[in-house]
Amino acid sequence: GQRSSESPKYSNQSFAIVSFKWDHVKEPYIIALWILVASLAKIVFHLSHKVTRVVPESALLIVLGLFLGGIVWAADHIASFSLTPTVFFFYLLPPIVLDAGYFMPNRLFFGNLGSILLYAVIGTVWNAATTGLSLYGVYLTGIMGQLHSGLLDFLLFGSLIAAVDPVAVLAVFEEVHVNEVLFIIVFGESLLNDAVTVVLYNVFDSFVAIGAANVTGIECLKGIVSFFVVSLGGTLVGIFFAFLLSLVSRFTKHVRIIEPGFVFIISYLSYLTAEMLSLSAILAITFCGICCQKYVKANISEQSSTTVRYTMKMMASGAETIIFMFLGISAVDPDIWTWNTAFILLTLVFISVYRVIGVIIQTWILNRYRTVQLEIIDQVVMSYGGLRGAVAFALVALLDKDKVKDRNLFVSTTIIVVFFTVIFQGLTIKPLVQWLKVKKTEHREPKLNEKLHGRAFDHILSAIEDISGQIGHHYLRDKWSNFDRKFLRKILMRRSAQKSRDQILNVFHELNLKDAISYVAEGERRGSLAFIRSPSTDNMVNVDFSTPLPGTVESSVSYLLREKAGPVCLDMQALEQRRKSIRDTEDTLAHHTLQQYLYKPRQEHKHLYSRHEIMHSEDDKQDKEIFHRTMRKRLESFKSTKLGINHSKKFNKIHKRDRGQKRRNSSVIPNGNIPSENPVQDFTLKEKDLEFSESEENNDYETLHLGKGVDFLANVTKQNFTDTPAGIDNPVFSADDDQSIYMKFSPWLSSEDTVVPSQRARVQLPYSPDNFRRLTPIRLSNKSTDSFLLADGPEDRPRSFLPESTHM
Amino acid sequence: AGTGGVPRAQPRHLCPFPAVTSEQIEHLHRRFKQLSQDQLTIRKENFDSIPDLEFNPIRGKIVHAFFDKRNLRQESDGLADEINFEDFLTIMSYFRPIEMNMDEEQLDRFRKEKLKFLFHMYDSDHDGKITLQEYRNVVEELLSGNPHLEKESARSIADGAMMEAASICVGQMGPDQVYEGITFEDFLKMWQGIDIETKMHVRFLNVDTIAHCY
Repeated sequence: GQRSSESPKYSNQSFAIVSFKWDHVKEPYIIALWILVASLAKIVFHLSHKVTRVVPESALLIVLGLFLGGIVWAADHIASFSLTPTVFFFYLLPPIVLDAGYFMPNRLFFGNLGSILLYAVIGTVWNAATTGLSLYGVYLTGIMGQLHSGLLDFLLFGSLIAAVDPVAVLAVFEEVHVNEVLFIIVFGESLLNDAVTVVLYNVFDSFVAIGAANVTGIECLKGIVSFFVVSLGGTLVGIFFAFLLSLVSRFTKHVRIIEPGFVFIISYLSYLTAEMLSLSAILAITFCGICCQKYVKANISEQSSTTVRYTMKMMASGAETIIFMFLGISAVDPDIWTWNTAFILLTLVFISVYRVIGVIIQTWILNRYRTVQLEIIDQVVMSYGGLRGAVAFALVALLDKDKVKDRNLFVSTTIIVVFFTVIFQGLTIKPLVQWLKVKKTEHREPKLNEKLHGRAFDHILSAIEDISGQIGHHYLRDKWSNFDRKFLRKILMRRSAQKSRDQILNVFHELNLKDAISYVAEGERRGSLAFIRSPSTDNMVNVDFSTPLPGTVESSVSYLLREKAGPVCLDMQALEQRRKSIRDTEDTLAHHTLQQYLYKPRQEHKHLYSRHEIMHSEDDKQDKEIFHRTMRKRLESFKSTKLGINHSKKFNKIHKRDRGQKRRNSSVIPNGNIPSENPVQDFTLKEKDLEFSESEENNDYETLHLGKGVDFLANVTKQNFTDTPAGIDNPVFSADDDQSIYMKFSPWLSSEDTVVPSQRARVQLPYSPDNFRRLTPIRLSNKSTDSFLLADGPEDRPRSFLPESTHM
Repeated sequence: AGTGGVPRAQPRHLCPFPAVTSEQIEHLHRRFKQLSQDQLTIRKENFDSIPDLEFNPIRGKIVHAFFDKRNLRQESDGLADEINFEDFLTIMSYFRPIEMNMDEEQLDRFRKEKLKFLFHMYDSDHDGKITLQEYRNVVEELLSGNPHLEKESARSIADGAMMEAASICVGQMGPDQVYEGITFEDFLKMWQGIDIETKMHVRFLNVDTIAHCY
């Protein structure tokens, strides 16, 4: 224990200016200290990259805990803090499980649900029964010496040591990166076996209490029934709270700041409610997370979503760290140490052997029904990855010493088992996986085609299932999404969220945006896109690199952006001519957000399931994934059979290089002046009309989700897509345009980037160092207020600004 | 033997494929009879009687695929008017899951067959190439299920996808190159990394035919 120095309470002789009030703060202080120590430890661990690559963090934390516990004990001869079941079950476990559920890849999970359930239920029962019975059998032979336990005690022990632990599995597997199917099966099993564990544990606990003699068939039957009640009940509680949470999140528009709080509170309540009703709390909070993710993510604002993600990861990670550290500390408690070689050794042997046997048998059964077979290698990983962890320890610590005479022995054994699996198996699983050449997660760049064809598959397979009269996965999935679309969405999602775009369109937008952004960066790098800030509105803004004007030439866009030099306008004339300051704000914000993406993103090997990094949802991540490499390919042109020339399609409104574009329908806009009706307002209004008919969202830029630049831009471009009359006019591909201007130029340039000249460039090439001809941003809207992207016509309109182009 | 003169023996042209078990043939035969209303052949109209199929956005293409002579392994081109049970089985066999005991060559052929089926679905004019217009067609149909999606968006997506395909298949293109469309080889290239064998299958479980009301 900590030495607590008590503030001496003198009888009042004088006023104490300062006093040391240790007792006053003792408890929260100690808790905070431990958390700090755990976190500092993590920093220290990661200083040595070599170590962390080999040794899983969990193992390091346990060792640290042992070390700390040893210090405290040596100093005090008292066992210091130990992981009490209350703290564990109420405070440390829920964040981890919630994190798991909230970020669960649903499609994968439900696709493999059958296998997961088999392993979770049958597998755990098998493990528990065989381990318990074998230990009992060996006990009867007398090797173990004299114990005070009977059959029921052994079965009790078997049931708590049998369960695969989600914390440990997560901690180890996230460093190993096996393929998703394998991971989801082991991980899903570890989550869902809680119901079985809870039931078995409680059943045997009460059997032990009432005594072996009184166990009748009725009791056994009750036990079986309770399994169904506990598991289904827990799931239902979780689903109910998920529904509640989604519903609440629908209305939190005006309390954005505390939006994230709802997620945590309601999920936690689901956990506690299930616990209160003696149902499976882990199942409850897991399913709460699983079911609510879609609706909550759709409803809450971007910033709240980010907050939720980060907070969840932080809490889960912190809890995991503390758990492992305390596992180590709790081991240093001489009171509980009882050593029985045979028992401990045999336990280790039995759990490993029976796990392997169980996995083999179950996999054999499963493979007859699975289309994607589980091979030997998968089975090896599954057996080896069946780690025991803190849940077992907490359960054993809960045992009552009076009821279970050999409690201390069980505790010691459990500690050793946990240490063994986490440290030894955790250490060796990585080399094992590599040695066996287990199929790892493939990190592929997202391709639009894949998304499209994936969608096509779904439909084709649904159709085949319908035609052949099967009820298959696709049929069920279809039915579910129909139900979801018709009822659930209407209730649980905000109206604005309901109109969400198709995923494919999302991918498409974001890919193009990424292209666009990196394109700008690329252009700047080559020096051909520097903007010149010119105060004069009439200045012909053609970039002439042959004679740089040091006085007036500002450096490139990116320089401007990176310097964060005030409101930056990519189009100088626009800046001058804009009247409303709101546009400046827009611009600033837009540019700042753009700035974030002008750097070539780091290409790391991103892992799908990770405690330590925020992984966006799978699609999210893929969508946002760096497209740099394919960006260049996308700039390649190809001929469409229709047009006879190829134009690469590069739409984005962000390319402001093409200054001085005229609007196609010049009737509305007078020369060089902004239209009387501010196009931006017009813009926003249109957005308002189209998107937010309920005026749920007003004209605040929050609604454009400025927190995330890409989204912002996506929203903006979305606007164009929903522009009605003629929609997107892609001059490259639309046949009805006058193609003559494009015919003049062959769209190919230098050997590196093949790009299509901008529309203006077709008429007048911008000068650039190597005479690049840059490509066309596709005109997205044929609104007359859109100024951009058409080549200068023969009339001498001054190259006026592009209002929309700066409205990013 | 069922009524309608269904050959019990495995049809010859199914040999390249793993054996369709007799249980599955039985089940599919029952289904066939249901669809054809006890006739020997099915026509396109018969597919209208499947209620769930109506909501499928690419329904047209799929039904079309059943009658596509290329899929039916007939020498000629074009569309058949009606198909019999053998043809029905042939089409269904494209969706067989892979068997464990297939060797590399069989697997490769299997894969090619599946991809060819897909290819025929996209290439509606049967000229051996998926042109931009055809691709657009497919994408529009695919996305037609979502009411919030404009047609123009679908077009742009198709264009973008086509570009991507071009870049994969042809790589850097020279100034005078014309990319006519996606040929089957290109199509194969696009799908290289993805194991379509495991994705494109329907499990023929031994379930009773769902009774559809007609």
